[in-house]
Amino acid sequence: METYTWLRAFADSWHLLFMFCFFIGVFVFILRPGANKVHDDTANMIFRNDDKPQGDESAPRAGRHQEPKEAR
Amino acid sequence: MWDYIKLAVLGLVVVVAAIAASMARDLPYLVHMLVIMLASAVTLIWLIRRVGEPVPAANPNEYMDGPIRFGVIATALWGVVGFLVGVIIAFQLAWPNLNFEWAQGYLNFGRLRPLHTSAVIFAFGGNALIASAFYVVQRTSAARLWGGGLAWFVFWGYQLFIVMAATGYVLGSTQGNEYAEPEWLTDLWLTIVWVAFLLVFMGTIIKRREPHIYVANWFYMAFIVTVAMLHLINNLAIPVSLLGSKSVPVWSGVQSAMIQWWYGHNAVGFFLTAGFLGMMYYFIPKQAERPVYSYKLSIMHFWALIFLYIWAGPHHLHYTALPDWAQTLGMTFSIMLWMPSWGGMINGLMTLSGAWDKLRTDPIIRMMVVAVGFYGMATFEGPMMSIKAVNSLSHYTDWTIGHVHSGALGWNGMITFGMLYYLVPKLWQRQGLYSLRLVSWHFWLATIGIVLYAASMWVTGIMEGLMWREVDAQGFLVNSFADTVAAKFPMYVVRGLGGTLFLLGAIIMCYNLWKTVTSTAERSPARAGSAVPAE
Repeated sequence: METYTWLRAFADSWHLLFMFCFFIGVFVFILRPGANKVHDDTANMIFRNDDKPQGDESAPRAGRHQEPKEAR
Repeated sequence: MWDYIKLAVLGLVVVVAAIAASMARDLPYLVHMLVIMLASAVTLIWLIRRVGEPVPAANPNEYMDGPIRFGVIATALWGVVGFLVGVIIAFQLAWPNLNFEWAQGYLNFGRLRPLHTSAVIFAFGGNALIASAFYVVQRTSAARLWGGGLAWFVFWGYQLFIVMAATGYVLGSTQGNEYAEPEWLTDLWLTIVWVAFLLVFMGTIIKRREPHIYVANWFYMAFIVTVAMLHLINNLAIPVSLLGSKSVPVWSGVQSAMIQWWYGHNAVGFFLTAGFLGMMYYFIPKQAERPVYSYKLSIMHFWALIFLYIWAGPHHLHYTALPDWAQTLGMTFSIMLWMPSWGGMINGLMTLSGAWDKLRTDPIIRMMVVAVGFYGMATFEGPMMSIKAVNSLSHYTDWTIGHVHSGALGWNGMITFGMLYYLVPKLWQRQGLYSLRLVSWHFWLATIGIVLYAASMWVTGIMEGLMWREVDAQGFLVNSFADTVAAKFPMYVVRGLGGTLFLLGAIIMCYNLWKTVTSTAERSPARAGSAVPAE
């Protein structure tokens, strides 16, 4: 089979399906229950660490949740 | 050791560039080699003077703002240069006598036009994007820029790219592809700089101290990665000689056209939209002092935008040799793009909900809101113009130019000005801007300038489109091309006037920013440290 033919057939069948499912999946993931807290925290992240980086660079970083320093 | 390697490489570059310059086959190549030789010689001397000196250790508890300060200055200066060239070519179109005889082949419209587009998109917009990306990624990752001095390399390397591109245009070295005019040597250099940019950005993201990647960074990442891909594929070319600037593209025919407009439209989509949306999602919430209206909507905006934009390119090739299905696909995706674009616009505007009073008191917020408004307007106009029936009227007319400029001046320009007004007091530790009155002056000059520009281009574009298709009772065309040119004269003058007002506003901005740095009180560390507690 010609390269173009099979690429074209793959593109508008399986790959189209994959992209469609991925796209829908992203929306489902965004709207998942329990995401509100994460999203609120992330949306407010810009109001901290304005002047200098956070803490010691060698310290572990995950799982830290801090209140916004300022509600500017 | 690393210092000596750098010195050796730079010395080698100086020598090789000098030899290549002496053997150059054309003028642009000669000039480029001299520019490279000079740039590396200056860097070499600068480095030699520092060999053996104690290096001040980079403080990991400080953000790296040096390259950002330089980026802000470069943005403002290149902006004025780009707008000035734009005003000149606008008046060249109105009064062709301004294509002076003595400057033919260097400063005529054909040479200055790519200089203008590249200066505003890549020099003004590009520097704004690089500087703001470095600023935002540090603040939202709570980490210092990765890669030590690599950020400096990105800044200076990018300026070298701009100088090479600009000298190339004036001297007539071009690939003839819109927004991708630089020849192979300049393209290769940009590739190196861009990879360094990607490394600095991703390195900082990877060592971030915040668990999540803020949405602005997603937009910046999409911008950097996609522009790299577009640049590489559209610029695949084989140099005729390693000692000359000319190259032969790998693509030909309608494939070449499709790849060019896949590149061209996504330069708009990812350079001028995704990157600047990164700015919007950081600087508007910061200036409004409220988080973005809906974080969920911002993520949907991101995914929908990048999924749809990449397919919209074929709408530049309606009624050409491109297969019909590809044209229809481009049109359909362009229309679908309307949805995420307006989702993003609503998200940006609604961030002000509950703080609308700031529009009255804060001219910077006003600028940002107008920018988002123009984003919404341009992303409505674009899909409409991509409809085949509309395109048959609008294509090749000045309506397209009007559309581009309401996007570029309104959206990209205004959001960048807002960003600069926000950043300068922050970066130079000033208490505030020198003068808010001058910001208001800038705002109104720029807004009126854009309105004059866009309105005159709508009128002249639609007029010209209608004149081109007008036929008499026998079916003969009524107007010759020259008739349309003559009819457009008044609108061309109005357009030049609008551009002049916009340029004037930018010059006022430069003065205001300069005075902010030199003559306003320093922000005291006490004030910076003791922030207002949460409500």
